[in-house]
Amino acid sequence: MNALFNGQGLADAAMIAAIVISATIGDVLLAAAMRGIGDLDEIRARSGMGGAIAAVLGNARFVSGVFFMALSFFSLLFALSHADLSLIAPAATSLTFVTNAVAAKIFLKENVDRRRWIAALFVCAGVALMSL
Amino acid sequence: MTFRRYLVLAVVAVTAPLGDTLLSLGMKRVGPVSLDHLSSLIYAIATPQILLGIALLICFFASYLASLSWADLTFVLPATSIGNVIVALLAKFWLNEQISPGRWIGIFLITAGVGFVTQGPSYTETCKETDTERPLHNAEVQQL
Repeated sequence: MNALFNGQGLADAAMIAAIVISATIGDVLLAAAMRGIGDLDEIRARSGMGGAIAAVLGNARFVSGVFFMALSFFSLLFALSHADLSLIAPAATSLTFVTNAVAAKIFLKENVDRRRWIAALFVCAGVALMSL
Repeated sequence: MTFRRYLVLAVVAVTAPLGDTLLSLGMKRVGPVSLDHLSSLIYAIATPQILLGIALLICFFASYLASLSWADLTFVLPATSIGNVIVALLAKFWLNEQISPGRWIGIFLITAGVGFVTQGPSYTETCKETDTERPLHNAEVQQL
């Protein structure tokens, strides 16, 4: 139990929190951007691959989302160089499933029904168990 | 959901865990990165494993964006988590790694979670901006 509260435990928790928070913000911004842009298949059929790429790259939410995803990526690289993959990857990945479900319901107004909550929790627990 | 869209979800599922695994292999080679020398994270990109990992993650990102344009975030994320199972099974049957009972339970839970979410609708229909922002529930969509 003490391991949770010693310096290394807190440092690990802080690194995991940094990855989870930045990944969740990035995911929500990217999902909001893609929802706003619309079906990429339709855009590509209408204005070609160049039009689809321009529609994505010109979206401010997409650019902000990429910034937070990059932040999450470098936080992950930093954390992997200090702590074991078997701790960082499953903890960050599984927690992100739950924080994304909460954030998608609040900010994206997605219809997160009982089926999706169960799926998010099952996947969260499953990813954590896979690291054992 | 068409076959092509399931294929895009499959690319999201497989490239993400494979890319992450390659990144971790690369970072093990680079060694610990100090807070005082964060610039060494930039040089870490030149490592072959990290380079290949990044290439896979670019494929992941393109297909992830495509999937988010026609499916909800809370559908795409659980649905594509089956990639973790695929990588674990590849490790067992290709690399002859042992899978502990805990991992088998994890594989079962992820597969069950993917089964749950893919049984439901993939997209929350919303009204256009001129209308209210409130999302439509399934029953309302059926009425329309």
